[in-house]
Amino acid sequence: MSDLRSGLPVYSPSAPASGDETLDFRALARRRDDERGGQPWRSLEELAKSPEFEAMLHRDENAAVFESPSGETAGVDRRELFQYLGVSFALAGLTACTRQPAEKIVPYVRQPEEIVPGGKPLFYATAMTLAGSATGLLIESHEGRPTKAEGNPLHPASLGASDPFAQASLYGLYDPDRSQTLLYLEEIRPWASFLGAIRAALDGERASGGAGLRILTETVASPTLARQIGEILRAFPGARWIQWEPAGRDNARAGAKLAFGEPVEPIYRFEDADVILSLDADFLSFGAGHLRSTRGFSSRRRVGKDGAGLNRLYAIESSPGNTGAKADHRLAMRAADVESFARAVAAAVDGAATSSVPPGVSPAFLSALAADLHAHRGRSLVLAGDHQPPAVHAIAHAVNAALGNAGRTVTYVEPAEPAVSDQMGDLRTLVSDMDGGRVRTLIILGGNPVFTAPADFQFGDRLQKVPLRVHLAPSFDETSVACQWHIPEAHFLEAWSDARAFDGTATIVQPLILPLWGGRSAHEVVAAMSDQPEKSAYDIVRDTWRPRLGPDFEAAWRRALHDGVIPKTASAEKSVRAKAVVPATGSASTASTPAPGPAGLEILFRPDPMIHDGRFANNGWLQELPKPLTKLTWDNAAIVSPATAARLGLAKEDVVRLAVGARSVAAPIWIEPGHPDDSVTVHFGYGRTRAGRFGTGAGFNAYAIRSSDALWIANGSLTKTGGKHPLACTQMHQNMEGRDIVRAANAADFRKDPEFAHRQTEAPKNGESMYAPYPSDTYAWAMAIDLNQCVGCNACVIACQSENNIPVVGKDQVRRGREMHWIRLDHYYGGNPALPQHFFQPVPCMHCENAPCELVCPVGATVHSAEGLNDMVYNRCVGTRYCSNNCPYKVRRFNFYHYSTQFRAPSMRMLANPDVTVRWRGVMEKCTYCVQRINGAKIDSELAGRRVKDGEITTACAQACPADAIVFGDLADKESRVSKLREDPRSYGLLEEIGTRPRTTYLAQVRNPNPAIDEPVRRDWPRVYGEETDQQ
Amino acid sequence: MSAREPQPPRAGQETPGGGHVPVIQPGYTFGSVTDKIGQIVLSRKTPMFWWFGFGISFLIMMVLLGAVGYLFFQGVGIWGVNVPVGWGFAIVNFVWWIGIGHAGTLISAILLLLRQEWRTSINRFAEAMTLFAVACAGLFPLLHLGRPWLAYWLMPYPNTMGLWPQWRSPLVWDVFAVSTYASVSALFWYVGLIPDFATLRDRARNKGFQIVYGMLSLGWRGSAQHWHRYETAYLLLAGLATPLVISVHTVVSFDFTVGIIPGWHSTIFPPYFVAGAIYAGFAMVLTLSIPLRKLYGLEDFITLRHLQNMGKIMLATGLIVGYGYMIEAFMGWYSGVPAEGYMTTSRMLGPYAPSYWALIFCNIVTPQTLWFRKVRTTPWILFLVAMVVNVGMWLERFVIVVTSLHRDYLPSSWGMYHGTIWDWATFIGTIGLFLSLLFLFIRFLPMISIFEMRTLVPEADMKDEA
Amino acid sequence: MTQFEHDPGEGGHLYGLMAEFESPAELLGASRRAYEEGYRKMDAYSPYPIHELTEALGIRPTKLPWLVLAGGIVGCGAALLMMWFSATIHYPINVGGRPLASWPMFIPITFEVTVLFASVTAVFGMLGMNGLPMPYHPVFNAPRFALASRDRFFLCIEAQDPHFDLDRTSRLLATLGARIVSEVED
Repeated sequence: MSDLRSGLPVYSPSAPASGDETLDFRALARRRDDERGGQPWRSLEELAKSPEFEAMLHRDENAAVFESPSGETAGVDRRELFQYLGVSFALAGLTACTRQPAEKIVPYVRQPEEIVPGGKPLFYATAMTLAGSATGLLIESHEGRPTKAEGNPLHPASLGASDPFAQASLYGLYDPDRSQTLLYLEEIRPWASFLGAIRAALDGERASGGAGLRILTETVASPTLARQIGEILRAFPGARWIQWEPAGRDNARAGAKLAFGEPVEPIYRFEDADVILSLDADFLSFGAGHLRSTRGFSSRRRVGKDGAGLNRLYAIESSPGNTGAKADHRLAMRAADVESFARAVAAAVDGAATSSVPPGVSPAFLSALAADLHAHRGRSLVLAGDHQPPAVHAIAHAVNAALGNAGRTVTYVEPAEPAVSDQMGDLRTLVSDMDGGRVRTLIILGGNPVFTAPADFQFGDRLQKVPLRVHLAPSFDETSVACQWHIPEAHFLEAWSDARAFDGTATIVQPLILPLWGGRSAHEVVAAMSDQPEKSAYDIVRDTWRPRLGPDFEAAWRRALHDGVIPKTASAEKSVRAKAVVPATGSASTASTPAPGPAGLEILFRPDPMIHDGRFANNGWLQELPKPLTKLTWDNAAIVSPATAARLGLAKEDVVRLAVGARSVAAPIWIEPGHPDDSVTVHFGYGRTRAGRFGTGAGFNAYAIRSSDALWIANGSLTKTGGKHPLACTQMHQNMEGRDIVRAANAADFRKDPEFAHRQTEAPKNGESMYAPYPSDTYAWAMAIDLNQCVGCNACVIACQSENNIPVVGKDQVRRGREMHWIRLDHYYGGNPALPQHFFQPVPCMHCENAPCELVCPVGATVHSAEGLNDMVYNRCVGTRYCSNNCPYKVRRFNFYHYSTQFRAPSMRMLANPDVTVRWRGVMEKCTYCVQRINGAKIDSELAGRRVKDGEITTACAQACPADAIVFGDLADKESRVSKLREDPRSYGLLEEIGTRPRTTYLAQVRNPNPAIDEPVRRDWPRVYGEETDQQ
Repeated sequence: MSAREPQPPRAGQETPGGGHVPVIQPGYTFGSVTDKIGQIVLSRKTPMFWWFGFGISFLIMMVLLGAVGYLFFQGVGIWGVNVPVGWGFAIVNFVWWIGIGHAGTLISAILLLLRQEWRTSINRFAEAMTLFAVACAGLFPLLHLGRPWLAYWLMPYPNTMGLWPQWRSPLVWDVFAVSTYASVSALFWYVGLIPDFATLRDRARNKGFQIVYGMLSLGWRGSAQHWHRYETAYLLLAGLATPLVISVHTVVSFDFTVGIIPGWHSTIFPPYFVAGAIYAGFAMVLTLSIPLRKLYGLEDFITLRHLQNMGKIMLATGLIVGYGYMIEAFMGWYSGVPAEGYMTTSRMLGPYAPSYWALIFCNIVTPQTLWFRKVRTTPWILFLVAMVVNVGMWLERFVIVVTSLHRDYLPSSWGMYHGTIWDWATFIGTIGLFLSLLFLFIRFLPMISIFEMRTLVPEADMKDEA
Repeated sequence: MTQFEHDPGEGGHLYGLMAEFESPAELLGASRRAYEEGYRKMDAYSPYPIHELTEALGIRPTKLPWLVLAGGIVGCGAALLMMWFSATIHYPINVGGRPLASWPMFIPITFEVTVLFASVTAVFGMLGMNGLPMPYHPVFNAPRFALASRDRFFLCIEAQDPHFDLDRTSRLLATLGARIVSEVED
């Protein structure tokens, strides 16, 4: 029964309705540790079998959930599940008899309207920190098992939305490859022996005032951790604290310094901006507050009756991203040229004669752009990408100032992170100190510097010169193996902490579960270095906030835990003046701007859109989540433009050797239309050597050629090796083939003919059919997806995966076309392969009223419900796959193998949503409109004796969507949002001309190009027969 | 008795050019016909080539067992199927085998009704071939299920859940069509065998054979009463089997036409599927009968006349099939439906173009040689043509199933399909199964209907007596 | 010259007289004559069906076709009823928005079941009417009767026939050109 070690729900499912529950972590932990000796949990198992508990078990509705169709057990068998529950009950009970100070956590009892739990879970507010800023989350907890992450509507960085990283954090929590024990030289040691070691080391340091002590962290967003480290630094004046984030924001900070003299954080108000110019900034996909940016941006893509109020986006991109894909005007430009373009814009805005215009940019375009910006003074916005040199940021600030946007569409605040630092500079010093033997003790709190540090630092080798090396990390990774001490890091859902959002708003990070494997948080490790080594993170965090939360601390604390935000913590607006003049070249960290020679290639380093800097490399959900445009999974690639590929004679999957200076790495080629020529994009984060079952060996390590002097943009070369590396792409064909799949028009044409979407097809008018409609006096569920608002961020895909227990199938199966995502995000190109237009389209099940799939099922395993759902009856399915063949949308997914076995991993089985059946081999599955949520809401409404109100039910995809593009509701209710949207002239059904009468409908896209620049909608694309995969 | 001493038949003599060759070479009597066919079964020693052929076939059949075992252990994931191509080799092979299974019943039923006496010497093993082909075909719909152990859910049976099959699904139609076809063919075959069993019972010297054949003959004694009812029943069966044989492949074609996938949703399918089935069936009959008549020296019974006629039928049905392809392509363009149009073009130019053009070569070009009598009357050339057509018909089903699915309505979901080693193992394996059954058949049952052959013997002609 | 065979079957009970002929024509002629002589309880045995015998022996046309028709009708009704009942009454459910009783889609199965029932009736009806299987029958006792399934033709006049008289009947058969006339024990 060793799998019982795999964690332990802390809160009982019968948490009091008040939602307030008293728990004692330390007591639980101690009891667990006592009983763990030898035979872990045996006594608790016996407890679990006590009669009154059995009695309670049989009242549990979720019992059936873990039984797969046809009765075979999938993952967890009922008995074991109940034993877990027993353990949790027992421990919840045990908490009574203790004298330890209680740690109170507060469930989210008053859920906002749009949140409807599936069964009877509790929601807890917390926050996830990534790259130095926090996103507020509500975590759904079933019987003490966190199972689903949602955005916290009250949190400024979320507004109820969530991104793939947040959704996938649950997978990270239960990842069986997390390190489970504290190690010294890879031998298991108790916490106490680490305490001994560290205190001895510190005593040694005291004499020198800690001259040999270094603390290396990622960008810290936690005030408490900053406070703790500050105290350490006070105790050891000679010690140094270094922050290193491989995808850091040094350039942005330096740019702000350049413009304002201080590193202020710009807060963009996209909802107020009519015209937006993005200088290589992918603000829709990643970065501080990107969810909020998306929400603001897409709120201005909502098309009114006459298309008024649409914003206009100009995107300059060095590597295709979602932002460029949504742009009304997009320029592909080598990253090195962006600065000169920015200067040209600045000059044009100032009315001066346009200076040097980078190649491929027509002066007409430039002047039109400048005119447009001018015309919208105070309602325009210019922003630069984090990887662009400081100068570009400074110019952006200057232009915003010149256009009077400052204070209107952009405001400036103190950066959220407690300690802003020149990370590259600090790291360089640290490395030279290590090299010079001046570092005696290095405490690495999180991060994986051996893997992520610039190659020229040879961090790994130099690390060996440090006598005492401690690494706190979630898994035993590349850095852990280079250190003596490895401390398993507690997941953010396992430990107390706090974190600030991009605008400074603070959140108390409250745990939802006891550390599965006794992990420690950074707070505890730093505390171990302080004079209160045993102080719990809970107390430490409270100490931080006690002085700040006013007189009635306990009430304020409870409020803060409950809401997930601490009121009045957002940083105050600063009034700063940007220097209009910008020095010609950027600062030290941008020695990369000189444009490469004709022979040379520009190599761009970007964090991977899905596994970020590599920390998520072992996260199956993120690995299998198709990258927004390339639709690649499980790999990174060297991405080049079709023209460059043709020039160098490259084909997809060709293995090439990318070289920067003396360093080189072998990488497979991927060809992406719209990529600037003579430029290669590589995503770092792949090529891990110690990540776990999924991450290890996937992709190539771009860090190997990333050096400190060319962190983002490098000049390199590319040579064919003749080898091939298979890549797993989920959408081989991104050509609409001239069919009316995504319907789009320019705003002008839309005003002329609002019904344009229907001109393009011969669909039966108002969905008339040969067959008499089935009488329905009940709900009629339907979904409307606004293609104008969707930004293709993939949040819906992974939210669905998390909600519906969708398995990960692996690279080989994806290559065979067997990915299981219930909603997929289609992406099409249009127009000119050199500079294409992009079209996104999320495709869930259409729940056709005349469903072709139902007609052909020989056993009636898929049939129609009275509410218009296309139900899939798993335990009736025999697996003929006829329904999938006959589905014109191909949204059905089949369990070719027993994919759900992954839920057998002792910890993974806790990840499953108990409200959704885990599917068995040989069974068809597909989008259910989150029927478990629908039924949950119906039960509630029936108890209350009323109909379900509009907005009461939200599908997982709609709830996660930051763009608010997906609306779910009841067609029978004429006032519902979805009913209204179906009345919209843009509303159309996908393939409605074949008479399927889909319940999921789309709102056609309306682009808003500058009339001065002629850019018609182009949905055509050069057709290529023959090739198996042809994106050109 | 002495008057009609059967003179030894002059085997292997064939009229060159095969003009008006009789359906049975002259000089045969009731007795000699009976003995010549009977001894193949009754003779004690089994020919070497039989052991050889059966051994090979049996080994291949073992491959099938292995493949199926692994399939049940792992799941259909071991095959190349995916989304969008949910049906692969399994359904291709199913349709191929069913098609082959059509010649037997056709020959015995339709040609019987048309009073084509030349059918007599080939109907028996054509029917056997039908049964074995249907047996192979029947395997695939079961194997291709995600959960094969639940296949019985496709049959209506009383169950506590009160569930029924979904009558609108062509797969349920398949279940009824194929099982009906199998049972009726089996009955037809057995009824035809009863008098011959009686003959074998009376000829067998070995006690065991006497008992076994005795049981199988049900005590047949050739009474005029019985013959009368027997012939009525046989005619009725033929009359019933004729529409049946047409319906079966029509229903199989419904699997596709009821679907809305471009390349499937087409009204031309039923007729050209049936034609294709007859086409494939005769190709297989030729493939089998040409070696058999040689090995067992049956050239006197299966004469060039038979080969010729079968060649002609292949030519005719082949042309019908060609017309089918033509109309499909035409409709792809004429319908004006983008998806249809694209599918047609992509069939010809897309990634699967090679299989399409190979299919055209095998099924349309090659059979044109059958216009020449030389080809129709030269067994080995005819054999080659038949072989090519067998391959062509398999390709036809592959093209219909795979190319239609792999690029349908939404380009985003387009994909590729490749058969895996297990797909091939299963396919080849069923060929082993088929041949093994066939070898057992020719060893233990008269491969030519003895009693019907007697009616062809000159003696049977009343006039010369009267 | 006809050769008479009568085994001294003491106590054995006579079934009839079996005459062996060499050609179908002889058998046919013999049958006709015997019928004219008023014999009714008799049967002919041949290695293959000889249609002329039917009227020669005065065999009434069989009722089998009507039986088969009935079988077909039953099958057709049963299939339609089953599908209609299950789809509309016992298990009514919305499938693809199609009507519950979507009769056009019931046709294929109806047809198949009709054919199945009819065919089964035809085969087993024939066997039943012929009283098969019947492992033992007196005629098998006749010497050389095994040849009835090869190349000899037999006519058997049964003892039950009112006109039957051992001597007269055997003489008659002899005159009809029978090669061998033998008594068949029951």
